[in-house]
Amino acid sequence: MAGSNPNAKPMNLTLKVWRQPNRQTEGSIVDYQVKDISPDMSFLEMLDVLNEDLLHKGQDPVAFDHDCREGICGSCDLFINGRSHGPEKGTTTCQLHMRKFSDGDTITIEPWRANAFPVNKDLSVDRSAFDRIIQAGGYVSVNTGGAPDGNEIPIPKEISDRAFEAATCIGCGACVAACKNASAMLFVSAKVSQLALLPQGQVEAKTRVENMVAQMDIEGFGACSNIGSCAAECPVGISLENIAILNREFLTAKATSNNLA
Amino acid sequence: MVLNSKAPEGPLAEKWDKHKFNVKLVNPANKRKYDVIVVGTGLAGAAAAASLAELGYNVKAFTYHDSPRRAHSIAAQGGINAAKNYQNDGDSVFRLFYDTIKGGDYRAREANVYRLAQVSVNIIDQCVAQGVPFAREYGGLLANRSFGGAQVSRTFYARGQTGQQLLLGAYSALSRQIAYGKVKMYTRSEMLDVVVVDGQARGIITRNLVTGEVQTHAAHAVVLATGGYGNVFYLSTNAMYCNATAAWRAHKKGAYFANPCFTQIHPTCIPVSGDYQSKLTLMSESLRNDGRVWVPKTVALAERVRKGELKPQDIQEDDRDYFLERKYPAFGNLVPRDVASRNAKQMCDEGRGVGSSGLAVYLDFADVIKRTSAEAVSQKYGNLFEMYEKITDENPYQMPMRIYPAVHYTMGGLWVDYNLQTTVPGLYATGECNFSDHGANRLGASALMQGLADGYFVIPYTIGDYLAATPPKPVTTDHPAFAEAKAGVQARVEQLLSIKGNRTPDEFHKKLGHLMWEYCGMARNAEGLKYAKAEIAKLRKEFWQDVKVVGSGEEMNQALEKAGRVADFIELGELMVDDALDRNESCGGHFREEYATEDGEAMRRDDEYAYVAAWEYMGENQPERLNKEELVFENVKLTQRSYK
Ligand SMILES: Cc1cc2nc3c(=O)[nH]c(=O)nc-3n(C[C@H](O)[C@H](O)[C@H](O)COP(=O)(O)OP(=O)(O)OC[C@H]3O[C@@H](n4cnc5c(N)ncnc54)[C@H](O)[C@@H]3O)c2cc1C
Ligand code: SF4
Ligand code: FES
Repeated sequence: MAGSNPNAKPMNLTLKVWRQPNRQTEGSIVDYQVKDISPDMSFLEMLDVLNEDLLHKGQDPVAFDHDCREGICGSCDLFINGRSHGPEKGTTTCQLHMRKFSDGDTITIEPWRANAFPVNKDLSVDRSAFDRIIQAGGYVSVNTGGAPDGNEIPIPKEISDRAFEAATCIGCGACVAACKNASAMLFVSAKVSQLALLPQGQVEAKTRVENMVAQMDIEGFGACSNIGSCAAECPVGISLENIAILNREFLTAKATSNNLA
Repeated sequence: MVLNSKAPEGPLAEKWDKHKFNVKLVNPANKRKYDVIVVGTGLAGAAAAASLAELGYNVKAFTYHDSPRRAHSIAAQGGINAAKNYQNDGDSVFRLFYDTIKGGDYRAREANVYRLAQVSVNIIDQCVAQGVPFAREYGGLLANRSFGGAQVSRTFYARGQTGQQLLLGAYSALSRQIAYGKVKMYTRSEMLDVVVVDGQARGIITRNLVTGEVQTHAAHAVVLATGGYGNVFYLSTNAMYCNATAAWRAHKKGAYFANPCFTQIHPTCIPVSGDYQSKLTLMSESLRNDGRVWVPKTVALAERVRKGELKPQDIQEDDRDYFLERKYPAFGNLVPRDVASRNAKQMCDEGRGVGSSGLAVYLDFADVIKRTSAEAVSQKYGNLFEMYEKITDENPYQMPMRIYPAVHYTMGGLWVDYNLQTTVPGLYATGECNFSDHGANRLGASALMQGLADGYFVIPYTIGDYLAATPPKPVTTDHPAFAEAKAGVQARVEQLLSIKGNRTPDEFHKKLGHLMWEYCGMARNAEGLKYAKAEIAKLRKEFWQDVKVVGSGEEMNQALEKAGRVADFIELGELMVDDALDRNESCGGHFREEYATEDGEAMRRDDEYAYVAAWEYMGENQPERLNKEELVFENVKLTQRSYK
């Protein structure tokens, strides 16, 4: 059956899973056993096995967010054995495979923990705070229709590539979950520096950074104390350099603010 | 009903401009008096919602995701086409039009496709202005690549993450309108019905996926941008939540469903590794630019590979069959998707497939690594190679990739006229959810183009024509049709919960997927289709007697969500089979074994089948009625595709 590794032995595991019926009710860790897990399964496929089993027993399956299962949509968000997206570096939960675990392991699975990310149910959290931060200024104000020809705005390749790197943030929230202050700095800085690097983003650069940072505070994310756990756990490698860019942008904006509001 | 495409008269190149001039305009002061519902916030929906709000309409946008940024569009890898001719290699609007019509095997409407090619150039400008970081040359100008065997370089891209960058651009425009209060955004809200009042679409019913609350929403018009239905096959390259429910419920409310059997099977995906498999991962088409596809020459050799006695590297050149290069010397590994897929299947059917299941062929990079270097290959495909290794635990720099075709895209969808209006007045369909532009086969990098064309540049004009003829009186949910539709949705939720059977929604979905893949997949024949039809009908009955969902409707309940979607997939599956049976020809992604040339290539039958099959729902347990839109080709000559 197994594809790449016909000799890999199926595993039996103990799962300690956070169960919480809804936002209003307290949650707790519940233990489950899963059997015959193939090392070629993804972590979420392993949870599918658990959920099918629970459903057959007439028990409520574990709620968790996921969609693309390719590491790009940013939906999946599990805190596995105390780490955002689990033990493998540069990997989302959906791209984590069971071959990283061993037979007999006990695995603890919790939701992201942050005041700004309340639990919906079990492992699913509400990350709409991120959307509101983008709404505060994470865009270039152009209406459909009036844009000049694409090649009228030449951009040096190195700049464009750096902007692209920042733009690859998938909005998963692992950085927040990894930070002891639950700061959203890495997420916010990725968008701020993408647009600050590009000429299209210059016009609104000052108001953007001020408004996005203000919204971040309103949402209840913690302060950044420059430890860097966020970047270490970011599945797509958003770098700390973006936070430096944000800080610089923020100071310039404060000094010469044209935010009239 | 006679299907009127409403395509404007006159020369092809002038139709859209003429139409834009002729459509009625809504007085700017009146725009704020109109409410528009947009369901879906992928490329097509986010672009439409933002653009309509910019014009002044009040927009309510809905998605079942927790954020618009997570729509399936985010996963598109390769790129987006546009007839910019920046490379000076002979591209033009007409060439993009021609390639798209021909690539679709002459089953799309000329006027729509030409408009698509026309507005493609505006899309790139718009996205650049938003700050989408497309790939650039050292001189600072936009870079292009050639994609999917096109003979010009017209594909714009952002490394292997084009869909992500385009969607984040549209999401930013949408976010801006949400901040302005012009768009009210409803996340984690699943549309479960369309409300039709006096023959016009006037609203929708949604279920809040966190609280379970069923809500009614009214508007002057409704736009569906709810994506494709590839997950009818259970396994596909689509995201797990992609489903047909919105389109299917609209269909049952009067919107015709066009060409449901036209599905695209992508040749290069990572093969299934076990029963637990939940989805399939695409390996971008661009890999075929450098990778060579092969299988062992003999069944005996293939057998030994499958047992693990031989490694691919152990097989001598002479014992390998580079079957695409052998059969199609002119195009080789770059034949279109449908041809590449069918040939891979044929090799495996002959017993020459590899991997432990025998359902895979090799995609080998040894030659290009030798010719250039591993470094150079990594520059181009590094992220894909990494993804492959993460999933399979094999290093494609040392071992050829194992690939197999997988369901990828659905050309069929809700029938729409030139204005993107369905057969229900006031109900529009955009993006992958409509059938309009790709005929029987979609070319690479053209879905992103179509989604954004529909959303940014078509619907903002055409919906105005409808609204201008609608009085700007406030709409409410007071009409009994709302209460009735809401009660219907609630009753269905209750029904699903009350069956308390023995099989999970996933088990039904897998069974359906298996039937569809075997009998309505890469190759179809009348006998198999008839068998599948009977089996699916049986499955439908079993579903409503034996599905198992626990918990209640008043909470987050993912199994309940899934059950509702599977129920709709089963009904759609039946219609796909009907459509495949009706179409006694082979064209594009639809290959009927009875209609093949002597050397096994697809045989189109233009005299009888140059039509769009638009299916009309006739009521529970009634056969659907077939309506035909005849396709007229005035600007291209119909030829048999040949890649020899
Ligand atoms: C792996 C992969 C790679 C691809 N690569 C390319 C490429 O390189 N180039 C290219 O041109 N095309 C590519 N495609 C195809 C392309 O990505 C899609 O066709 C396109 O993005 C579809 O966009 P859309 O806006 O129509 O739908 P989607 O992006 O699927 O969005 C659908 C939206 O509708 C919402 N929705 C659906 N149903 C409901 C409901 N009932 N209630 C509420 N909301 C609902 C969803 O939440 C979502 O917001 C690729 C596809 C795949 C699978
Ligand atoms: S910065 Fe990284 S960890 Fe944070 S949201 Fe973006 S992708 Fe996720
Ligand atoms: S499910 Fe999309 S990133 Fe994991």
